[in-house]
Amino acid sequence: MNPQTKQQVVDTYFMEHRAKLVDIAAYLDRIDRGQGDDLSDFRDEAFRRAVEILLDGQTHRARRILELLSDHSTELPRSADGMKGAMGAVSLTDGGAA
Amino acid sequence: MKYIDPHIHMVSRTTDDYQRMAQAGCIAITEPAFWAGFDRSSAQGFYDYFRQLTEYEPKRAAQFGIQHFTWLCINPKEADDPGFAREVVSMIPDFLNSKDQLCGGNVLGIGEIGLNKNTKNELIILEEQIALAETYNQMVLVHTPHLEDKLKGTRLIMDALSASTIDPGRILIDHVEEHTVPEVLERGFWAGMTLYPDTKVTPQRAADIIEMYGDERIWMNSAGDWGCSDPLAVPKARLEMRRRGHAPTTVDKVTFDNPQQFLSQSPNFSLV
Repeated sequence: MNPQTKQQVVDTYFMEHRAKLVDIAAYLDRIDRGQGDDLSDFRDEAFRRAVEILLDGQTHRARRILELLSDHSTELPRSADGMKGAMGAVSLTDGGAA
Repeated sequence: MKYIDPHIHMVSRTTDDYQRMAQAGCIAITEPAFWAGFDRSSAQGFYDYFRQLTEYEPKRAAQFGIQHFTWLCINPKEADDPGFAREVVSMIPDFLNSKDQLCGGNVLGIGEIGLNKNTKNELIILEEQIALAETYNQMVLVHTPHLEDKLKGTRLIMDALSASTIDPGRILIDHVEEHTVPEVLERGFWAGMTLYPDTKVTPQRAADIIEMYGDERIWMNSAGDWGCSDPLAVPKARLEMRRRGHAPTTVDKVTFDNPQQFLSQSPNFSLV
């Protein structure tokens, strides 16, 4: 159990997470300023869906975001030959997400 | 204060790191065999690595009063070629028998085995290394996959382990996060939280997980290696827990007592 009160949590962590919040905002602004046509990237789509979870009023946000970013497929490839490393997210339209 | 870092890859770290860890209170570490950042070209390369883990590193650690223990295996990243993997695995039993802690008697079990990209080939070698642990009555340290592959891989690994006769209380599933730790603990395994700056968990999230899921059968480690990682992550997590008011007994439990309890199931583990 958390030994801190809600107020103590805010007192302890607000500045740290204020900085992370501004980082996320600046990252999204950076994408907007980037050159090229409209972005179509499965990681970006998953990221924006994950941001929605932050303010949906339900608990276990970290767990639900990690689940959103997870591969939920059931098939196993024979070999990793030619595969890329972990990308951090899956395509939400290819059945990857729950 | 004293602590154990139960998962760190010291072959990738400098001697200065041993010194700083000792100054921060580290008295023992365990070092699982892992991927070196590139694929080895021969089984002989693993033989040399196993000798480094069982002969050289214990002596380097001892210079700073740190006891060094290890786990041997072929890691999942290099286990995708079954023929090559079997050649490596066949060498492991020779390293399990020594009793001299500074020369081969520091092997605690098989690890870190697991999956990387959740392939059939990786799963075959995982099952064969689980069988090796069964045959030689060894404990098991498990690597779970990265990022989007972790949830699926953790479940595949737990299913493979549950099909064996190994007591889940002798198995630690490492690199758990919020979406995998509940099932790991519910199925009777031990859980390890890896403190990384970008992936896995931060000290803050490790403390959150302890608050949500309790302090039984769980530890934290730095998994310091050649990548972005911090060999002082465990003492930093101790500070984080104290900062938010956790009792010193709780901090000691997850950073010393629990690792000691789990590791002491191996006859090769004892603290001096």
